[in-house]
Formats: sequence, structure tokens, C-alpha cells
Amino acid sequence: MAELLKIKSEVEEFKKEYFYRNSQAEENRQREYQAANRIQSWFRACKVRAYLSHLHKKAIIIQRIWRGFTARARFRQMVKAAYFIMKMNFYEEMAIRIQRRWRGFFVRKYIHNYYARKSYLEGLSRKNELVRMELAELEELQKRERDCVEMVKEQTAKVYQAHRLHHLLSTKQCPGVFNSPFRPAPHEMELLLRQVKYQAPARLDSRGRACLMGILGPTAPSFPGTLGSQWIKTTGTCCSSKPILPPISSKKQQGLFREPGEVWEQRMLCPDLTLRLQTSYTHLEEAQNQLRHKYIRLPTGKLGTGSMLHHLSHSSNSFTQPAYAKSLR
Amino acid sequence: MSQRQIIQVFEQYQKSRFQFVQTVADLALRPQNIEILQNAGVMSLLRPLMLDVVPSIQQTAALALGRLADHSDDLAEAVVKEDILPQLVQSLASQNRFYKKAAAFVLRSVAKHSPELSQAVVACGGVDALVLCLEEFDPGVKEAAAWALGYIARHNASLSQSVVDAGAVPLLVLCLLEPEMALKRIAASTLSDISKHTPELAQTVVDVGAIAHLAQMILNPDAKLKRQVFSALSQISKHSVSLAEMVIEADIFPAAVSCLKDPDDYVRKNVTTLMREVVKHTPELSQVIVNCGGMAAVIDYLGECRGNLRLPGIMMLGYVAAHSENLAMAVILSKGVPQLALCLSEEHEHHIKAATAWTIGQIGHHTPEHAKAVATSDLLTKLLELYMDASSSEDLQAKSKKALKSILQKCTYLPGLEPLLYDVPSNILKYVVCQFSKVLPNDSKARRLFVTSGGLKKVQEIDAEPGSSLQEHINAINSCFPEEIVRYYSPGYSEVLLQRLENYQPA
Repeated sequence: MAELLKIKSEVEEFKKEYFYRNSQAEENRQREYQAANRIQSWFRACKVRAYLSHLHKKAIIIQRIWRGFTARARFRQMVKAAYFIMKMNFYEEMAIRIQRRWRGFFVRKYIHNYYARKSYLEGLSRKNELVRMELAELEELQKRERDCVEMVKEQTAKVYQAHRLHHLLSTKQCPGVFNSPFRPAPHEMELLLRQVKYQAPARLDSRGRACLMGILGPTAPSFPGTLGSQWIKTTGTCCSSKPILPPISSKKQQGLFREPGEVWEQRMLCPDLTLRLQTSYTHLEEAQNQLRHKYIRLPTGKLGTGSMLHHLSHSSNSFTQPAYAKSLR
Repeated sequence: MSQRQIIQVFEQYQKSRFQFVQTVADLALRPQNIEILQNAGVMSLLRPLMLDVVPSIQQTAALALGRLADHSDDLAEAVVKEDILPQLVQSLASQNRFYKKAAAFVLRSVAKHSPELSQAVVACGGVDALVLCLEEFDPGVKEAAAWALGYIARHNASLSQSVVDAGAVPLLVLCLLEPEMALKRIAASTLSDISKHTPELAQTVVDVGAIAHLAQMILNPDAKLKRQVFSALSQISKHSVSLAEMVIEADIFPAAVSCLKDPDDYVRKNVTTLMREVVKHTPELSQVIVNCGGMAAVIDYLGECRGNLRLPGIMMLGYVAAHSENLAMAVILSKGVPQLALCLSEEHEHHIKAATAWTIGQIGHHTPEHAKAVATSDLLTKLLELYMDASSSEDLQAKSKKALKSILQKCTYLPGLEPLLYDVPSNILKYVVCQFSKVLPNDSKARRLFVTSGGLKKVQEIDAEPGSSLQEHINAINSCFPEEIVRYYSPGYSEVLLQRLENYQPA
């Protein structure tokens, strides 16, 4: 029984305890609920955080690998580009060196060629020297020619004078004006007078020329033609326009030649040119006729002649044949 | 009166007419008689005699008229006023050759005085009649007609054009081929007068093939013909490059150089004129002439002749040197510069001196080498004298100043520049000092020479406005030398030193 009492007393305690615990639990329920909530949410958060961090880590890994990959690819590209640029710079530098050498060469050889200019200027000086020498020679030559012509003119004038003063020639008895006995030697005029052959002054232009030609052989060997024309100029102005030819020398040719006139005639012999032929048009037929008549007069009837007659008849013209044929019969 | 007596009267009259005309013609040969004849009214007396029945009186009357008109302007105008020209022109067509010669002579003597008189001749149909005369056989008639056409064409371009329009040019070229020397001369002279006015007229002459015929005649021994031929060729080639090239293509050049030794002065002058006209167009044409040795020949020619004859030669050298420095060097090498110095000192006419100054400028302005060649012949001082001389004409002063400036800008030959520091106007001085300032910093020997020859002293004595280019150049020169030397040579240094002496207290 004691236990029953104990239990009964304890029931009260128990009920109080139970109520107390319930009330406590009621009171704590909210707090515990919230706490449990908090714990649970915290836990969930932890879970999620762990999950997220896990995801992050993995994403980071992926991104890191990816970035490395692209960066390396880009780097490789950059390296290639840098290499390319380095190569191009090198080539350009080398090309510049080549072009520099080439331009220098080209300009020095073709555009501002020092040696060509030098040789041109040297050549030019040589050419100038040459031209100066040649011109000096030419001038000298021309001057000499002019002097020569002058001299010849003078000489002609002197000879003309001598010709006019032929009467002053010294004789055996009386020394002439130009041959004074006090002189050591005769004057040149005296010598000229001795040389001049006196010609009667009949036709001055032809005879005078002839005597001039005779005299001036020894004195002036060149320019006979000019002398002739000059002589004519001094005597007459009317015939100054026509050049008068020197006389044809009448030397006979050596050898068995014919006279020039004969040869000329022979060359120039024209045959008689007429429209009439030398022989008549029907000359052949007439000749044959004659021959035939000759043979027909001998009618000895030889076969040989008959065949000949046949020959003749065949050879003659067809339209005259009947006539012959008739005469045969 | 019997028939004979009546006829005798007429014969006497004819004889007296003939005598009158003959005497007047002979009197008209002397200039002193002309005025008396004019006062006696010879013009109105001669006019009816030109229509006389007897041909010889007509011819002599025309001859007398021509001689009278030849002498003076008034008589020629009187011929025109009295209406003699239309009669002459009409009878030109019908009469014999002596009359034609005399009539052409009258036309020539009228036309030669002035363009108006030539215009009067053209207006009455004289040109066509003269061209008809050119087709005659007689060389004397052709010569007179060509001469008259030449005098007409000489005055101006429109008269030349009327001569060309009448078809004279082919006939003149045919006259060139005739054997008579006088006719050739006159034909060449007329072609020269026609082609000198405009390029179109020259082209007309060239189109007829005149150049080839003229080129064949350049080595003819006759001097007057050569004068006219070269004159014609130079008038043709002066107008344009193509005409000059055509003249060169006729292969005259090595042969024409030999004509520079002809005894006749005017032949040589005309050859040089031809060379000048060809050379002034392009460098290639100058090259042709230089290569055949023309330069040396012209320089020798300059040495031999005097006065106005030198002018074309000098101008030719100037034109050649102006084209390029190569050609200028060729001129220098052919000993042109000493010859030009001689010309400058010997000639007194200002236009020749001006041409020489221009030529020297053209030679010297290319490179320092050229300027040195000019400076060594002492030409810079001469040019300066010409510039400073108050009696020089304006043209001469302007040309010598321009030449001096252009040469100075390239001259680095200091001994040549030194004399130019003394007595020089400031506009020239600045160029001289500029050249010094360019050369002195680089050449130590030159600096020494500059100091010892007194140049530095002179430079210090120049006072220039501060800030002007002259002052800058002076500063540049001063900076090439140590300061003591500069101070030593500066003016008034001795006074400065004495001042310092007075203020000095011995310690």
C-alpha cells in the first residue's frame, strides 16, 4: 500500500510535473521551434553554401582552364605576329639596303654619271681643239688662195704692161729704159719685155689670149682659164657675161685614126627610114614564080622535076594553087 | 610742106623727148640734183612721157622716175599722189622686158620708204603684177620683181601676208635655183624678209621646201649670197622649236661652222645669228651645235671681230649656258669666260655690255664650280663696277646687278669674294657676307686667310641694323673666331685699350 500512496502522491506531483512540463514545453515550444528552425535553416544554409562553394570551385577550375587555353592560343598568335613583324622588318631593312645601293648605282651610272660627264667634257675640249685647228687651216688655205689669185692678177697686169711697152726693149745699139748700163743687172721689166712676143694688135681677144697662153706657161702654171677671163674683163665690158672658151689646140692625133669628122659621120649615119620596104611585099612569091617559070621551060618530063614541081606546088599558097595547077595541065 | 618735112618735125620732137628723158635719168643719179629737179616739176613732166608711143622713151622715163623716187620720201609720195602707180601696174602686164625691169624698179623705190607707201603699191595691184613678172624668162626682170617684193614685205606682217597670198613664195624658191648669182641673192633676201615677221609666214616659206635649197647654197663661194642665205635661215628658225628643228635637220651644221672663217664680216655675223636663233629654243638643239664644235668657233670669232658684230655671238653663249649646267661647263671649258672678260673691257656700247653681263650671269649661276670659274677671271669686280657706275644705262645696271646676285649666291671661292667687301652697297654686301658665313665655319685655312688679308677687320667695320640678316651673318662669322681676335679687330679697340690703361691702378 505504501506504494499506492506513494504513487498517488506522486500523481499529484506527476500531474504538476506534467502540467509544469507541458507548460514549460508550451513555453519552450516556440523557442525550441524557432531554435530548431534556426538550426535547420542554418544547416540547410550550410548545405547550400557547401554546394555553392563546390560549384564555384568547379566553375573556377573550368574557367581557369579555359582562360589558360585562350590565353595560350592568343599568346601563340601574338608570338606568330611578332615573329612575322620581326621577319618583315628584317626583310624591309635588307630591301632598303638593296634599294639604296641600287638607287645610288642607277643615279651615278645613268643620271648624274660623273665619268660620262667628264669624258663628255674631255671629248668636247678635244673636239674644240680639232675644230679650231681645222678652221685655222681652212682660213690659211683660203688666204693662200686669195693671195695666189692676187699674185696672178698682178702678174697678168705686168705682162699686159710689158705687152704695151714692147717698144722700150733695149737694142744692140741703144740700151732701153729698163736696162740702164749703171745697173748691175737688167730690171725685171726688161726681162719681161724680152720674153713678150710682139703680136700685131689685130684681134686682141683671140690672139692676145694665145700669146698670153704662150708666155704665162713658165710664170704661172695654174689658172689659165681665169687669166683668159680676166684679160677679157679688162678689155671689153660687152662680152663680160659670156664665158669665152679657150681655143681648141690643133694637134694631130698619133696613129692610124680616121679624121674625127669621118668617124662622126659613120656613127651618125642614119639608114633611110621609109615606110616602103627594101624588098616588096610579095617578093617571095615572085621569086618562086621565076624559079617555076625557069623549070617549066624545060618540059623534059623527068620525074625528078615532076616531084620538084609537086614540091613547088605544095609550097605555094593555097589560093594561087589552082592557077599553077592550071599551068601544069 | 612735103611729107618728109612733116615727118622730120615729128622725128625731131621724138629726139628731143628722148634726150630730155635720158638727161633727166642721168641727172637723177646724183643726189644733189634731185631737189632742183623736184622744184622744176619733173614729176608732172615725166608722167605723160611714161605713156609715150616710143617704147625706149617709156622705159627711160620709168627709169628716171625710179631713180627720183629712190632718193627721197617726198618724191615717192608724189609718185603715189600723181596716180602713176595704176598706169605702171597695168602696163607691166603688156610691155617688153626692159619696161618691166624699169617699172619694177619704180615700184621698189616707192615701196622702200615706209609701210604706207608699200600699202599704196599693194592697193593698186602691184603685188600681183610683180608676181606675174616673176614668171618671166628674163633673169633681170625676175630680179627686179623679187627685189620690189622684198622691199614691200620688209615693213610689217600684213604686207608680207599680202605678198604670200599673191603666190610669190613658190616662184621665189624657183628663182633660188636659177644660175644667175644676183637673182639668187635677191630671192634669198626676199624670203628672209617674208619669213621674219610671224611663225605662220615662216611656215609658209618652209612648206614650199625652201630650207633644202637654202641649205645647198651655204658653201657657195659668193659672199653676198651666203649673207642672205644665213639671214633667211636665221629668220625662219627664230620663231619656234619645230622650225628650228627643221633647219637643223637640213644638215647644215658642221658645214656652216666653216663659214665662220669667211673673210666677209656680215657672213660671219649672220652665221652666228643663225646659231643664236637655233640655240635659244631647247637644250637638245644647243647640244647639237656644241657637239659639232660650234662653241669654239664662235668664241674665236668673238676674239676677232669688234663692236656690234659681237652681239649675236655673246647672246648665243648666254642662251647655251642658260639651259643646263652641263652646257655652261662646256662654255667654260671652251675658254669662253676669258673671252667674255675681254669683250666687257673692250666694248663701250652699253647694250653690248649689258648682253655680256647677262651672259656671264647665265654661266656663273649654276654651281660653285661655275661661280669659281667666273670669279677667277676677276669678273665679279667688273660687274660690280658696271653696277655702281652712274653713267651706265638702266638696263646695264639692272642686268649686272642680277648677274652679280645670282653668281654670288653660289660662289664659294673666297679670294674672289674678298675684293667685294670693300665699297659695296649693302644689298650686294649681304650676299657676300652670307657666302662668307657659309664657308668660314668649315675651313680653317680659309679662316686664317680671312684674318690675315684684313677681311675680318672689314667685316667688323660694317655696321648693320641689329636683327637684319646682315647682322646675323656677321654674328655667324664672328662666332667662327676666338673672342680676342674679334675684339682686336673691332673698330676703336685701341681707344678702348687706352681707356682701360687710364683707369688702371697698378697694385
